[in-house]
Amino acid sequence: MSAVAPVAASLSPGVSRHRLQWTALAVLLIAACALPFLVSNYRTFQFTLVLVYAIALLGLNILTGYNGQISLGHGAFYAIGAYVAAILMDRFGVPYWATVPIAGALCLVVGFLFGLPALRLEGHYLALATFALGVTMPQLLKNKALEHWTGGVQGIVIVKPDAPFGLKLSPDQWLYLFTLAITVLMFVVGWNLIRGRVGRALVAIRDHPIAASAMGIDTARYKSLAFGISAMYTGVAGSLGAIAIQFVAPDSFVIGLSIGLLTGIVIGGLASIPGALFGAFFIQFIPNIADQISKAAPWAIYGIFLIGFMFLMPMGINGAIRLGWARLRHRLSAQRKGG
Amino acid sequence: MEAFLHQLLGGLATGGIYASVALALVMIHQATHLLNFAQGEMAMFSTYIAWALINAGVPYWVAFFLTIAFAFLLGLAIQHFLMRNLRSTSVLQLVIVFIGLIVIFNSVAGWIFTYTIKDFPSPFPKGYLFGQKYLSPHELGAIGVTMVVLTLLWAFFRFTSLGLAMRAAAQNPVSSRLVGIRVAWMLALGWGLAAAIGAVAGMMVAPIVYLDPNMMAGILLYAFAAALIGGIDSPGGAVVGGFLVGVLENLLGAYVVGNELKLGVALVLIIGVLLVKPSGLFGSVQVTRV
Repeated sequence: MSAVAPVAASLSPGVSRHRLQWTALAVLLIAACALPFLVSNYRTFQFTLVLVYAIALLGLNILTGYNGQISLGHGAFYAIGAYVAAILMDRFGVPYWATVPIAGALCLVVGFLFGLPALRLEGHYLALATFALGVTMPQLLKNKALEHWTGGVQGIVIVKPDAPFGLKLSPDQWLYLFTLAITVLMFVVGWNLIRGRVGRALVAIRDHPIAASAMGIDTARYKSLAFGISAMYTGVAGSLGAIAIQFVAPDSFVIGLSIGLLTGIVIGGLASIPGALFGAFFIQFIPNIADQISKAAPWAIYGIFLIGFMFLMPMGINGAIRLGWARLRHRLSAQRKGG
Repeated sequence: MEAFLHQLLGGLATGGIYASVALALVMIHQATHLLNFAQGEMAMFSTYIAWALINAGVPYWVAFFLTIAFAFLLGLAIQHFLMRNLRSTSVLQLVIVFIGLIVIFNSVAGWIFTYTIKDFPSPFPKGYLFGQKYLSPHELGAIGVTMVVLTLLWAFFRFTSLGLAMRAAAQNPVSSRLVGIRVAWMLALGWGLAAAIGAVAGMMVAPIVYLDPNMMAGILLYAFAAALIGGIDSPGGAVVGGFLVGVLENLLGAYVVGNELKLGVALVLIIGVLLVKPSGLFGSVQVTRV
């Protein structure tokens, strides 16, 4: 702490915070790039899934965190993204990288269309409507009429792509780096979107819809747009997830996935961009940890984790970090004044 | 026609179950303004307690009332020790706590009582009554029990001062505290009552669907739909909604889309109704001041 104090004192508060954030971001990015060369292939695969979840959580956060619309059915968009990728690769021989934007575009349209009737619903009612979407999706995927495309209950197996350009990387390492690149792109786009005019409109609608529309914000359009964008993010995540796992089946997209995603954004921190990453770590690793603590009742441990997090960090992990940081700064400036 | 009647009455029978769980949801909503997602798992856990008591040789009706008492204390304890101490009141954070409760109850029940499916006894006689063969005595009995619970509840809220105090505490906590109502205890009482109603529903449904840790999952979803379609602030609406959802589910499954898609289609229909009547069939319309 004493080593930090002179640095903080030498800079004006705004600059120090800004520069610190950029440095932290750069260090994080370098660490993320180096990661697949430091850990085993299986760990690399797990971290690929963390990135995939992070994209999905950012999407859900745009809808629920920033726009205040609850969704208990985002697993459905994830499933659509995954199936689009799998069907395109399996039936049409489309290369894996080309399926990601197609999955995103399709989910954008589907999400926007779903958002139109959902405009009339709020709170519990919206939760029920999106829940219906999440429950129906696996049943639809199992449906006989679509079996030719979806492979029914059996699902579709896809081949894991090799690294291109003769790079000496294992498929897991390559997929991790590929996913990382798309994650960075999606986060930069999301960050710009939320910082700008659209993001302010979304937050205004969440905080006071009537005041927002009085100020000339087209609430109906922005709310459906939030649904569309959110679904697009989740669809992109779904397609990347399918490519990484190499397998899609209806039972991977049950309602538990949707609930897991919602859990992720609340634990990570609502309406925060880093929160999506923290939440992704939670949904990927906490079930494993719970399983190690108690083989007999792992989900009870998971439940205790959930409730414990809500007690100790009601604003999510990101909120807790911010609070801790603010307290640290406060203490530092108090020290400076005293000394 | 025979088959149709069978489907219709079968729907009414399962509808009775949905109605009683929906009633529990509406109750807790009236007392706390929350929708309790963990309601179903609490009911399931209480039903296991009843099963353990009956297996230990306790007579059915003694076990029945002991279980209700246990569930009441369980609900009371959850509100008093857990929910009351939550610092935040954001709905989403509460939802996560509910999800936590769901997985804990589910996992602990599976751990103590194993995941094997168990028979649960019915207090009603076997065979068919009144010369008809559509509704078994248990199904008739379950509907009857739901009706008794509904009447008791209505009387409690309408005629007792405690019921009035509970309604007041939910509607306006600050003013209620000023006139001397202990709001925290009213909330705990609401949780206790709702858990007790859930336990009754669990004991009525277990002979039909058999007892296992996941028995309430589907039922809770239908009950939610029933509560919302009837209007979340109307106990009578919840009962009507329950029967409606039960019949709808059965008829759709038998005649329109088949068993696989019936859940989805039933939900889509309910959402269709909500789009036209956003506060449910019997709910009071919410008016907000600008």
